[in-house]
Amino acid sequence: MILSDITNFDQIFRENLKTIGRRDTEIVSEYRADALNHLLRLGLPTSSNERWRNTDISKALQTDYSIFFEDFQDQLKPEDYFTCEVAGLDTWLITLLNGWYTFKNSPLRILPSGTIIGSLSRAMVECPELVENHLGKAADNSENAFTAMNSAFATDGFFIYVPDGVEVTKTIQMVNVVSHTDPIFVQTRNLVILGKNSKLRLAHCDDSHNHNPGFTNSVTEIIMAENSNLDHYKLQNINDHSTLINNTYIHQEAGSKCTTNALSLHGGFIRNEIFVKLNGRESSVDVYGLYLMDKKQAVDNYVFIDHAAADCTSTEMFKGILDDYAHAVFNGHILVRKDSQRTIAYQSNRNILLTDKAQINSKPFLEIYADDVKCSHGATVGQLDTNAMFYLRSRGISEDNARLLLMYAFAAEIINKISIESLRDRLDDMVKKRLRGELSICDQCVLHCKTPDKPIEFEIDLSKV
Amino acid sequence: MLLQIKNLHASIQGKEILKGVNLEVNRGEVHAIMGPNGTGKSTLASVIAGRDIYEVTAGEVVFNSLNLLDMPVEQRAREGIFLGFQYPVEIPGVSISNFLRTALNDIRKYKGLEPMPATEFLAKMEEKKKLVEIHSKLTNRSVNEGFSGGEKKKNEIFQMAMLEPILSILDETDSGLDIDALRIVAGGVNSLRSEKNATIVITHYQRLLEYIVPDFVHVLYEGRIIKSGGKELALELEEKGYDWLKNGG
Ligand SMILES: Nc1ncnc2c1ncn2[C@@H]1O[C@H](COP(=O)(O)OP(=O)(O)OP(=O)(O)O)[C@@H](O)[C@H]1O
Ligand SMILES: [Mg+2]
Repeated sequence: MILSDITNFDQIFRENLKTIGRRDTEIVSEYRADALNHLLRLGLPTSSNERWRNTDISKALQTDYSIFFEDFQDQLKPEDYFTCEVAGLDTWLITLLNGWYTFKNSPLRILPSGTIIGSLSRAMVECPELVENHLGKAADNSENAFTAMNSAFATDGFFIYVPDGVEVTKTIQMVNVVSHTDPIFVQTRNLVILGKNSKLRLAHCDDSHNHNPGFTNSVTEIIMAENSNLDHYKLQNINDHSTLINNTYIHQEAGSKCTTNALSLHGGFIRNEIFVKLNGRESSVDVYGLYLMDKKQAVDNYVFIDHAAADCTSTEMFKGILDDYAHAVFNGHILVRKDSQRTIAYQSNRNILLTDKAQINSKPFLEIYADDVKCSHGATVGQLDTNAMFYLRSRGISEDNARLLLMYAFAAEIINKISIESLRDRLDDMVKKRLRGELSICDQCVLHCKTPDKPIEFEIDLSKV
Repeated sequence: MLLQIKNLHASIQGKEILKGVNLEVNRGEVHAIMGPNGTGKSTLASVIAGRDIYEVTAGEVVFNSLNLLDMPVEQRAREGIFLGFQYPVEIPGVSISNFLRTALNDIRKYKGLEPMPATEFLAKMEEKKKLVEIHSKLTNRSVNEGFSGGEKKKNEIFQMAMLEPILSILDETDSGLDIDALRIVAGGVNSLRSEKNATIVITHYQRLLEYIVPDFVHVLYEGRIIKSGGKELALELEEKGYDWLKNGG
């Protein structure tokens, strides 16, 4: 199927509705139909769309992808794909292969605390009221075609529910691997619900396992009740022919605290959209991102923070290093509504360009209707500091190593925000490898991979600058 | 002879700063270079170290029988040149230990040696920290970031102690130091002195030279060395300033 032809979607939806909606409750089924209407009305974005002005997605939309509405991979052994072990990190691991929950026949895991971990399609059957009460509460189909498409078609994804007052001590690791013999279009829908005073740490990884083109259109909704606390990490390491659209919607009630950190290490095209609604007083969100791109890779971060209540704080910090012809876009939109007094909102986007062909479009957009607001934003684009380069080299350090030290130092500010020590060490290691050009896509996520050949195909070329 | 500078001319952005410098330094010697602000002392030091913003328009610099001007910065350092910066650079995010370990191992690699084992490296750090009485906490921090003026200068000497160069050029390492720190820094420099290496100190103050006693004192004036003498020249300069030398001394 060619995605760019929007009429295809209408037809495919009707032809496959029985399969797509086989587990839907009535409410979910209405939600799907409504989302499809939005999709058909909106059409797919082009560069004439303000939010997509600096990003060209047309090529990815013209690829002919296979789409599956039923799990087709019974014969696959998940162990071959998720040979995972993170030194010193005890996690609940849940996995999707090409969008399908890999332990689909096992029931939802319900921990003694009442925490539920499993697949969304399973949750629709086993705890439909939880799904119905939260699905679509944060995501907005009316303005975003990819979100609407996901709402209409996605049938599986991760589901996590943490009851009031529960602290999940182990980190939950959600891994989505795309690996298929021909181009595949994958849509995953994740729903994360945090009860009052609950606490959760979540690592969310998107990986490819081979070099075939893939297109993932993923929507994650995170609903945070009063005083809940979430630490959220996204790690993106997909091949150069792959496209990843990762729309995350976070809804925060009073006193809740969220940190979300996106590390984009490889990808043909990655678009991260993060929408945060600070809906209750004294809630706060920290949105961090690091992108290291080379060759013709492209990454586009769009962050929208809606200060819908007073006394809330948001901090955005995105940093990137771009080599070769890499292209990055950062758009940061902060909305402070009329009654959201004493808002604090910081935003910064800093970039290092290693070649004059690399490109960054960075644009802040502050929309402020309250008067008692502390707000700052800044964007910088630069090269490596020549004084620092000379200082390092004057101690005998090679030019390559001096550059590495400075690039790493630049990236470290974001890595140091990772509060889980073992995860930080692992990601730190991956970033170093990435900067040295030694990271292959088989160093999947925070996992170690058993795949025998680890092609070293991606590198930041140190001979530049 | 360890270092021989012959008729060195260098300019920056088309403006000539060094206008024919001649200087010879032997192993075991300490040379002091003095001179008014803006006459090219730091420029001379930077050109020897290999800073590429300066264009060398004439002359040569021979170090240990090698033509220095043909070498990239890091190779000069690996051959034994060390520049103690007048204004050490802050490098946020790079820890001193990581920095020095990379430097030491790159130098070792150049010499065909294996990387230094971690335990040996740490022991060396401890030993040299004591030498310059540097706080342990300081070496866990990023290079020079947020250091006080004096701490930065001490850190330069600490690096020198770690790298054990053959020729150290210390550019106003004394400025910004309190009296105790001055004594410590000078003590550090003196304890690293040997028959094999040499030191060039650039300073404005005779006081440093009471601690690091020079064999020769040179006056750099408008891009040229216009007078050289023994350590008593420094005293004379302290007393009379530079005006009396203007017309050729
Ligand atoms: N990047 C530059 N661009 C233009 N002029 C420069 C640059 N760097 C140095 N200069 C000039 O070169 C001259 C010599 O500077 P230098 O730093 O070598 O002096 P100095 O003798 O070390 O002075 P001080 O005693 O103040 O440290 C000065 O006039 C200075 O302004
Ligand atoms: Mg100077």
